[in-house]
Amino acid sequence: MTGDRLSALQVELEILRYNPETDTEPRFQRYSVPCKNEWCILDALNYLKDHLDPTLAFRWSCHMQVCGSCGMMINGEPKLACKAFVRDYTGVIRVEPLAHFPIERDLVSVADDFMDKLKRVKPYLIPAKKRSIEEGEYRQTPAQLTRYRKYSMCINCMLCYAACPEYGLTKSKFIGPAAITLAHRYNQDSRDDGRDERQEEIATNEGVWECTFVGACSDVCPKHVDPASALQQVKIASTVDWYLEHFMSWVKK
Amino acid sequence: MGEKMSRRPYVQELSRTTWYFKQPRYMRYMAREVTCIFIGAYTLILLVALLRLSQGQAQYEGFLAALQQPGSIVFHVVALGFSLYNTFTWFNVAPKALPIQIGEEIWPDSVVAIAHYVVWVVLSLVILFWAGVI
Amino acid sequence: METIKTDVAIIGAGGAGLRAAIALAEADPKLRIALISKVYPMRSHTCAAEGGAAGVVKPDDSFEQHFHDTVGGGDWLCDQDAVEYFIHEAPKELMQLEHWGCPWNREVDGSVAVRPFGGMKIQRTWFAADKSGFHILHTLFQTSLQFPNIQRFDEYFATDLLVDDGRCQGLTAIEIRSGQMRHFQAGAVIIAGGGASRMFPFNTNGAIKTGDGMAMAYRAGAPLKDMEFVQYHPTGLPNTGTLLTEACRGEGGVLLNKDGYRFLQDYGMGPETPLGKPELKTMELGPRDRVSQSIWHEIQKGRSVKTAWGDCVWLDMRHLGEKKINERLPFVRDISISYLGVDPVTDMVPIRPVVHYMMGGIHTDIKAATPLPGLFAAGECACVSINGANRLGSNSLVEILVFGHKAAHSALEYVRSAGPGNEAALAAQAEAAQAKLRALFLRNTGKESIAGLRKEMTDTMEEGAGIYRTQEGLEKTCNKIAELRRRYGDVALHDKTNVYNTDLLSALELGSMLDCAEAVAVGARERKESRGAHQRLDFSARDDSKYLKHSMAYYNGLEPPRIDYRDVVITTSPPGVRDYSGAKK
Repeated sequence: MTGDRLSALQVELEILRYNPETDTEPRFQRYSVPCKNEWCILDALNYLKDHLDPTLAFRWSCHMQVCGSCGMMINGEPKLACKAFVRDYTGVIRVEPLAHFPIERDLVSVADDFMDKLKRVKPYLIPAKKRSIEEGEYRQTPAQLTRYRKYSMCINCMLCYAACPEYGLTKSKFIGPAAITLAHRYNQDSRDDGRDERQEEIATNEGVWECTFVGACSDVCPKHVDPASALQQVKIASTVDWYLEHFMSWVKK
Repeated sequence: MGEKMSRRPYVQELSRTTWYFKQPRYMRYMAREVTCIFIGAYTLILLVALLRLSQGQAQYEGFLAALQQPGSIVFHVVALGFSLYNTFTWFNVAPKALPIQIGEEIWPDSVVAIAHYVVWVVLSLVILFWAGVI
Repeated sequence: METIKTDVAIIGAGGAGLRAAIALAEADPKLRIALISKVYPMRSHTCAAEGGAAGVVKPDDSFEQHFHDTVGGGDWLCDQDAVEYFIHEAPKELMQLEHWGCPWNREVDGSVAVRPFGGMKIQRTWFAADKSGFHILHTLFQTSLQFPNIQRFDEYFATDLLVDDGRCQGLTAIEIRSGQMRHFQAGAVIIAGGGASRMFPFNTNGAIKTGDGMAMAYRAGAPLKDMEFVQYHPTGLPNTGTLLTEACRGEGGVLLNKDGYRFLQDYGMGPETPLGKPELKTMELGPRDRVSQSIWHEIQKGRSVKTAWGDCVWLDMRHLGEKKINERLPFVRDISISYLGVDPVTDMVPIRPVVHYMMGGIHTDIKAATPLPGLFAAGECACVSINGANRLGSNSLVEILVFGHKAAHSALEYVRSAGPGNEAALAAQAEAAQAKLRALFLRNTGKESIAGLRKEMTDTMEEGAGIYRTQEGLEKTCNKIAELRRRYGDVALHDKTNVYNTDLLSALELGSMLDCAEAVAVGARERKESRGAHQRLDFSARDDSKYLKHSMAYYNGLEPPRIDYRDVVITTSPPGVRDYSGAKK
């Protein structure tokens, strides 16, 4: 609880800069930032912006790993800048905007595609029968809650899209890990009856069948949501659907 | 605050031919995928064996002799290694596809993975026993 | 300049803004709703709330109990008619969220579970592990996606309200990605822009909590109410200020001084309760203002724990055990390890009080309407006066729902009766707002740095308007803020490009914070009593004869605000003594 956590160290940051008005293409810029040992990369960026270069653009807000704003590539790995600590790196730290997304400016990515995909998978409860407030809550046991809780923890930080080569290779046609996981979250919810509607979006070539189970999404997820697991479960369930439909059509789903 | 539109998002392309060199985990993924070729090769050899068997004893013994050539042995050792790698990597990710929840508890991934290994070993023993090896 | 015509414009897409948008969309599918936010909705600071949301739902609880806990907790500065409305609507709103899919924790029988919380006499806090705000925000955001008439304007920074003919009829906003100004012409405007605690150096708030909504309304003529009441949360991590939820204590965590003594019993919150068996509304489950103030006193007496980040006390959760911590407080464990390197399962966590919430805000009536016709406000940026002088933990997540919903209905009613606006006059105002920004761009000089002014502001706020205040300190702070507001006129912009210019946004946010900070400091200087979160060393008692009133700060250009007072609405609970001792139970 004493001195050495506060000891200073000089950190070399190599940051991808891109301003569409002054740069034809992105370039790297080196900064030497005095940091405290306990700082995360976000603290270093804030120091840099306040004291060295106010023109650097990046998103951030909560500084507690929950708002999902500060996703970026740190030494080639998708990370939350508030969850990557300078003490864990040696040498020059390379900071770039999230891979696979268009760069708006500096470390700011264009998130339109991601936002469209979230909407596309119908991530809201579609109950069989709507309840009135007076009828009280849908009963849901702790075990039923456990079935989907993990998949409800996604903070939409987009790190999984930056990690997923399929998303990059398909030029963002793939609906992608977070959005499909969110669909799965509602499909797994005992209160929901909207799976058929969501399957039309996610059990498709641009949906779950684009996934080749690289597993990078789960590796980088800062909230341990495990999108790779959700996607494989969707694949299995969709396969079962197909067999039921084509070979056992007398069995009701 | 100018009226002109200054946006010009820079599109980051992922190379279709070299992307898997970008991250070690992509390389590992490719290794897992590529090694399935050796599983496929095994299957082909098995089919050839069946074909030869159907053609008569002489042909089948010729096939068995070919298996004992040094080149064949080297291939089998290499193929065994890659097949084991493929098997291990798939068993290790299997829990993601088949999570097991009992009541409120979700079983640890290791339990599901170990179950796969146990089934694998038991099946192998049954086959070896059936084949008269043990 | 592009003009966007809409029926209701909502500024801010956190919990209150989203709730308002959904209520409007449900009420009328033809209504055009513009949801404008400087960040994507999921980034709004609602996501950081951890503990939970209070609503009477269990048979052992009653509206009356929730009413008395809230009014007493607020040191009788709450408007009691607003509190009554609030507590009755609370369970309905929480139930509505359940119907929209919020993953509330459950009892074994499948009903919603509740947990104990500070200042509440009965367990009534609905929770989703220690990520309640996160789940509320995402449930609302995801639910909002099914309504085609909610048109979102993500990453648009609202700059000015447009007021013509004595009513608010729209706003201007910068589309951040292009740097282009947009004119929103609206039948009514709802501000749901959040708080302003970033005016303090040590706070739990996200970078976006700069009081832009409050300042915008204030500059347009709506008064800011009770701004001097700033809540300190007792348990922040000492280095980053990161919040460790009150649920740490609700679940049984205790506060210790350097001698391992549970010091709260020395400050009217005793006697000591058994370890791991927290009792409601006493000891560690006292209200936030009392607990924070006790820590301050303990530090003054030299019984604090010295750390590299200043004086702290211990938060001890070790006796809860790993299983319970993982189940109920997983996030707390995670962030304690990340930022401080301390695992609450095996070690005590050093904590200190940290600025957390603004009880004050844009004055609204019980219908969420401000005195400026056509302008409504809800959430932390508003002050409908349910929180009084000290908000109880888990009331704010409900406030955003109840009054977000109410603001929507009030705005809809207003829009249906209001006549058309004078488009030429509004366009001229929008042009003027743009010209003001252009001037900032075109100016070549500018001696003051944004970071420099911000540092001076946060330092003086902590020094003079912190947890304990004096006339002398407040006067110094008032003078300093007045000086900073003048110097702000000479602030330098280093970045003069259009696309995603965060230098410009920082400058605008600093302007908002300075305006709000002045309202806080002047309000505090004028309130010569101690009440709730406003504690004066020179006037240590509550003075109901003079100050059982709301302070109202009116914008006055570069001059300090004019402070006026307004009576508190008292219906059934006359001012009494706040008793958090456990003995009488």
